[in-house]
Amino acid sequence: MSHRPLEPLPRPTAGNAATDFPARLLRGLAGQVSPRTPKADLDERDPDYIRDNLPLLWLASSLYFRGEVRGLGNIPESGAVLLVGNHSGGNLTPDTAVFTLAFSTYFGVERQFFQLAHNLVLSVPGLGRLRKFGTVAASHENAERALSTGAALLVYPGGDREVHRPSWEGNRVNFAQRKGWIRLALAHDVPVVPVVSVGGQETALFLSRGENLAKLLRLDKALRLKVLPISFALPWGLNIGDFAGHIPLPAKITVEALAPVHLRDEFGPEPDVDEVYDHVTRLMQETLDALAAERRFPVIG
Amino acid sequence: MRVAESTEIYAPAETIWAFLEDPARVLHFMSGMTRWEVVSEQATGLGARYRMLMRVGSAEVGSLIEIVEFAPARDLAWTSVTGIDQRARWRLRERSPSRTAPRTHVEFRLSYGVAGAGIAGWIAERLAAPQVRGHVGRSLSQLKRQVEHEHLRSTAAERRRTKTVEA
Repeated sequence: MSHRPLEPLPRPTAGNAATDFPARLLRGLAGQVSPRTPKADLDERDPDYIRDNLPLLWLASSLYFRGEVRGLGNIPESGAVLLVGNHSGGNLTPDTAVFTLAFSTYFGVERQFFQLAHNLVLSVPGLGRLRKFGTVAASHENAERALSTGAALLVYPGGDREVHRPSWEGNRVNFAQRKGWIRLALAHDVPVVPVVSVGGQETALFLSRGENLAKLLRLDKALRLKVLPISFALPWGLNIGDFAGHIPLPAKITVEALAPVHLRDEFGPEPDVDEVYDHVTRLMQETLDALAAERRFPVIG
Repeated sequence: MRVAESTEIYAPAETIWAFLEDPARVLHFMSGMTRWEVVSEQATGLGARYRMLMRVGSAEVGSLIEIVEFAPARDLAWTSVTGIDQRARWRLRERSPSRTAPRTHVEFRLSYGVAGAGIAGWIAERLAAPQVRGHVGRSLSQLKRQVEHEHLRSTAAERRRTKTVEA
């Protein structure tokens, strides 16, 4: 499996002494993280491990997050499918856990199901076991390989930009104009199933993505991070970076899978990528608005 | 975890059996069941396979199941092939086989869990039990109501037919 290594941090130039120390620190950190970034191997997905952990996921999903997943019948019964979701909740995304449980119990753990995640997530000690659930490092090659095996693939185009959006933008789909998933679906001629979730951004008080701070500290170069999020979260209080995770508040999570979009059937033999992007994000935003309207109180749902 | 509920249904065992063995009728009386789909060539009988899902907590959980015991008007049992481990049995025993006031004892037993899930599995099975027991209890109530209505309808139709012949 080819894997793109982290880019080396440019050496500081004279005159930026203020950022020299953090830059050197981050270069060191990047050097530590890079070798730890796992090579994605689809064979690492372990149905028995997933099955053994379903009760734990069920406890978290049913009791803590009071999860509710709708529309799983919209996902094709078999074959490759690209599930495109919005996600929330900082570095801990409860909507992913709720959806993974629902997908695994509905279709069975035997159905191949992979999720793309940021390299850094898989590098965190203890989170490597996510690979047994089918989580692989987000890269175009890994996505291609997963779809070519006929698997269901869950992608979150919004990535770190969406997941760390401020709480007051919690009910907004934000894919940051990333459209690689459309080209992926067209290349493999697979249906796109939009998956909309609400509630995840109520698991902490997210204040800012900290994009300027990330740029200042050159995190984008060192760790491929465009953000350095700032939030109030348990148990830290003020939480900068969310690198150590946090204890999410028990917000009610609702997820809805929409009807599949067959790109060539709906947009012609050579679909316009921008048109598809606008269509799918509008569908998702309308659904998210409807799901948000059902909620009466934050966290409680 | 094992859940068992029973009831008395005022109808012959054959009438109840017609409901239990017909996969098209299962979703009409089984509470919480969101899917009961035939996945084998044979729709009913020993060896028939179904894909079933029941809503428990935040998920629809279920299995691919296979009928392993099929004794008409007496026992219908299945076991899971994949998915959540489960064994279940419908057990019918006629208490009063009289034509005028038939009565059948109906019991539904369901054992479920995930082997190898450890302490989390143990806790989850117990926390899910009230909801599963509720589904089982409501399923029996709905089965009783539908079967007794069916029995009343068929006996009334037979009575009308007899009167017409006598007249």
